[in-house]
Amino acid sequence: MDIHEYQAKKILSNFGVTIPRGGIVYSPENAENKAREIGGSKWVVKAQIHSGARGKAGGIIVCNTPLEVAQATDKLLGKKLVTNQTGPEGKIVNRIYIEEATDIEKELYLGLVFDRSSESIMVVASTEGGMSVEEISKEKPETIIRSKIEVAVGMQNFQARELAFGLGIEPDLIRRASDTIIGCYKAFSELDATMVEVNPLVISKQKQILALDCKMSFDNNAMFRRSQVSELRDKTQEDSKEIFASDRGLNYVSLDGNIGNIINGAGLAMASMDMIKLAGGAPANFLDVGGGATPEKIVKAFKLVTMDEKVKVILVNIFAGINRCDWVAEGIVDALKKIEIKVPLVIRLAGTNVEKGNQILKESKINYIEANTLEDAANKAVAALNK
Amino acid sequence: MTVLVDKNSKIIIQGFTGKMGSFHADEMIKYGSNVVGGVTPGKGGSKHLNLPVFNTVKDAVNETGADASILFVPPAFAADSAMEAADAGIKICVAIVDGIPSHDMIRIKRYMRRYTKSSKMTLVGPNCAGIISPGKSMLGIMPGHIYKEGRIGIISRSGTLGYEAAQQLKNLNIGVSTSVGIGGDPINGSSFRDIIEKFETDDETDAILMIGEIGGPQEVAAGEFAKENMKKPVIAYIAGLTAPKGRVMGHAGAIVSAYGESAIEKVEILKECGITISKNPSVMGETVKSVLEKI
Repeated sequence: MDIHEYQAKKILSNFGVTIPRGGIVYSPENAENKAREIGGSKWVVKAQIHSGARGKAGGIIVCNTPLEVAQATDKLLGKKLVTNQTGPEGKIVNRIYIEEATDIEKELYLGLVFDRSSESIMVVASTEGGMSVEEISKEKPETIIRSKIEVAVGMQNFQARELAFGLGIEPDLIRRASDTIIGCYKAFSELDATMVEVNPLVISKQKQILALDCKMSFDNNAMFRRSQVSELRDKTQEDSKEIFASDRGLNYVSLDGNIGNIINGAGLAMASMDMIKLAGGAPANFLDVGGGATPEKIVKAFKLVTMDEKVKVILVNIFAGINRCDWVAEGIVDALKKIEIKVPLVIRLAGTNVEKGNQILKESKINYIEANTLEDAANKAVAALNK
Repeated sequence: MTVLVDKNSKIIIQGFTGKMGSFHADEMIKYGSNVVGGVTPGKGGSKHLNLPVFNTVKDAVNETGADASILFVPPAFAADSAMEAADAGIKICVAIVDGIPSHDMIRIKRYMRRYTKSSKMTLVGPNCAGIISPGKSMLGIMPGHIYKEGRIGIISRSGTLGYEAAQQLKNLNIGVSTSVGIGGDPINGSSFRDIIEKFETDDETDAILMIGEIGGPQEVAAGEFAKENMKKPVIAYIAGLTAPKGRVMGHAGAIVSAYGESAIEKVEILKECGITISKNPSVMGETVKSVLEKI
């Protein structure tokens, strides 16, 4: 789960990280007042969307008067911002963060992630703040320093100090810098985060160390014990079909193609998508109804896939194990009594009681194309598309 | 493979009296697995499916001599149960459960560092289908009848894609020595490399089919291990050719976030390691067959 910049900043400030003064607003009038309340003579108006690279998309505006702050807010609110991370449809701006402008002396990068090789938490830092970590590792890999943290004992002061010295931070600021790094580590480990990124982490001309922009993501599997974090979810930033899916226990990812998929198991779903591509088609979605493929889940899956107007063919591929094919077939027939399908439907069943399952489908009144193998299913779906 | 489970493995079910635990315990017993009891804290002393229920794994081990366990406890309690099994002297533990927080998985793995290599429990999963040695024992939730007895080792992240492979092999009259589902989570108990190493020393296995997917370093690590250390042929299929970068594809671990984690990159690296690639998921069985013909 992702959260907004302002939410991440608030969390990090609770862990001792210094952030510029700022506040969240929902209207231009609000924004003007907020700018006066913050004080100073220069402000930054920042669109809050779940994406990086907002600056390049026009989502960050520097202003010199409270009136300009109001105008910038007016310009951004309700607008869809398209960045290189949002996809062509963009993300809607419903919240604006107003922040005092910072006199930047130096921009640094600080990121924390799980390292899947060492199965520990990895802190990554670089002197090249402001660039994305991908850009840094491509263009200035020599500036990257890493520290692997033993999670059983947590991050030690010396590890944070080493990173701070490694970043070339002046001696007077080392203590502050290491407190900042440890604060980020604690936020990561205590809140079940999967990513904390402060980019840039800046040293201001006034010799303050500030988190100027930050991002945090959290482990969905841990939300049961992080109610305060899960309250930060902003559904306006998510694909409506993906919300429908996640609320109903389906794993769904919206894609650009036109062949809708209903498959049990994530691996088989990815494999079926691969077969569609090899057959010359393009999947409209990834959809895993779970290994069990219960009739209830199949009904929900049909509802979800038919919500997508891009879908011109539906491909159902179920490998039934413990849940026999005859049971799955009854589920499909049942689902199709409740939902009208206007596009060609290809069904491939495999596994336990496959003959019985196919017989149930044939004897029902449903209109579909039967397929036998993964390859056959993909080929028939693409052929149905071209008819 | 007898290094993981065999006919003599004495199995207990953790989360025995729940719906999932009961259903799959029954399936395992029907398959012929030697299930000797189960654990549900607070229900010790009672009987379930005609088998004894214990309060703790230690009690179960002391009373029954159990050496294998399978977890059907909810994700919030799974880490605790896995560590309890390790501490009680269980040798192999399969965690079926989907949804264990990554921070908990790291804690389990750190906890297990207290044991020497010879006394350390092998943890398989979480979020997996488990282990089956066809005709011998099933410590998992797979449909046992789709596996023919034979000499191919299967390692798969995905459950259903592993079934697909077993079925394709069976249709070609090729059997399986052991199939291990290592699960779709970013941090898991046993990696591809851990299991591939066990297959290399297993007398009952001639070749290994590895079914990987996008995300993480494990397929590549297994490929590099195979290149340096293995004599048996390895065949691989990597799912997720069409998966977009940065999105989680169902499995929590199926996300491309670094170089070498996409399907195309993994395939290239594995080829360089001398591994035969199944070019699509429909020909996993045929690819294994063609490799066997060359042995």
